[in-house]
Amino acid sequence: MRTMRRLLATPEGAVGLALLACLALVALFAPVLSPGDPLRIAGRALTTPFSDPAFPLGTDRLGRDVLAGLIHGARTSLAVGLAAAAAALAMGLCVGLAAGFAGGLLDEALMRMVDAFQIVPGFLLALAFVSVVGPSVPVVVLAIALGAWADPARLTRAQVLSVRERDYVAAARVAGMHPVEIAVREILPNVLPPVLALSAIIVAAAILTEAALSFLGLGDPNVVTWGSMIAEGRNVLRSSPWLSIFPGIALVLTVVGVYLLGEGLTRALSGRRAAA
Amino acid sequence: MTLLVAEGLCKRYAAGRGVTALDGVSLHLSPGETLGLAGASGSGKSTLARVLTRLAEPDTGSIRFAGEDWLALSGAPLRRRRARMQMVFQDVLGAFNPRATVASALEDPLRIHAVVPKGERAREVAALLDRVGLPAAYAGRSIREVSGGERQRIAIARAIATHPALIVLDEAVSALDVSVREKILELLVTLQEERGIAYLFVSHDLSVLAAVAHRIAVMEAGRIVETGPTSRVIADPQSPAARALVRAVPRLVIE
Repeated sequence: MRTMRRLLATPEGAVGLALLACLALVALFAPVLSPGDPLRIAGRALTTPFSDPAFPLGTDRLGRDVLAGLIHGARTSLAVGLAAAAAALAMGLCVGLAAGFAGGLLDEALMRMVDAFQIVPGFLLALAFVSVVGPSVPVVVLAIALGAWADPARLTRAQVLSVRERDYVAAARVAGMHPVEIAVREILPNVLPPVLALSAIIVAAAILTEAALSFLGLGDPNVVTWGSMIAEGRNVLRSSPWLSIFPGIALVLTVVGVYLLGEGLTRALSGRRAAA
Repeated sequence: MTLLVAEGLCKRYAAGRGVTALDGVSLHLSPGETLGLAGASGSGKSTLARVLTRLAEPDTGSIRFAGEDWLALSGAPLRRRRARMQMVFQDVLGAFNPRATVASALEDPLRIHAVVPKGERAREVAALLDRVGLPAAYAGRSIREVSGGERQRIAIARAIATHPALIVLDEAVSALDVSVREKILELLVTLQEERGIAYLFVSHDLSVLAAVAHRIAVMEAGRIVETGPTSRVIADPQSPAARALVRAVPRLVIE
């Protein structure tokens, strides 16, 4: 609760939270705001925006409602972005904690694996993975996570290496605490803050990667996404640029919102620690 | 009967050129006795404390504690026996998880070693706080909300929670100011008289050891170079290292 108030006190946090809250509400109530399949042909093709009250943002080449696409696309973008980031963070935390805490051969093996993932560009990895396994939402989530887990793993390990030498970890060992309990109760909570600060960047990057995959036609073809809308609009970019501009603006607002919220959260958390 | 016998402990740190931290250290300790371990920085006394508490493993040597081969223990049996040997650290803040409260810090050993049934833990925490001279109301505070001296009292309460036979005190009063230091030393002596706890008291300051130790062992370059009754070592130091430590104690001289 106190963190929340501090978060709202920072301008970044307040703006970011407001942006994301609007997006989340739109995503959550998409079926109410715009009932029916957003991919269905709703009207005349290429209606210009603000000319027909039935399609405030116009229609695309096939006569699909752009506003409906944006509303339903918010669902995919947010869901895939958050799920991919959560998976990447969970993987990174587990691997980093195990490597840093166990040390020795396990540490070496895990970190060489992290190296292997880090030297391959994340987007290329996602691209290859989706082309091999086939596009669907869970595969896209996993593909993005595969390219993003190495950074949190490395950061977690570095944090664990510094925290595990602290006296309170020695005190827990002297007290006879089980190593697993030491890792989970004494070390994990104290390595989390910097890793969580990284999470905003990972979410933002995941949303962008998802859009890029969709743009290249490697998203789930059965759901509407902002990336696929931009790709669709590209064909008529000169005559009807709004088809790409509107989903582009939505994407920018989302990523900026995530960044701002992350920035605000970092400041709120560090403020709390400094005050404590 | 002796409580702790260590023989020929050696420990080399392999990093860089390799540093010999312990070079054949032997010592023994009886129940209820305080052995002061003196030495300059880098003499290996903290390494010895960590080796004895099994926070670090010696390369060679043997340790018998409470009649058992202490180095042969590992895993769950070692964790169970740790109740008998506790430790108090120098860094009064670093020795506690920054997220801990006074109650949670004291409940951990009570829970791990099932010292009292779950329902009586809160009462036992209050009793431990009372024993080290702190009000029971402190239980609800965050560890960051108490002063350095109070924190060291809590560390001592945590150490005695499991009824240990030996407490290793690694520079336990070095970070405290002089008036607080004296009170903590008094508390340690009283606890020893009541409970018959043995102390291995590591300090670079002979004036601290003079107040609590029965015997003093002086370390230099990973070896014990001199050992004897406190009064003899202070009054008539034999080794250069011991003489340097005696000289290092400031005296109040008004000219």
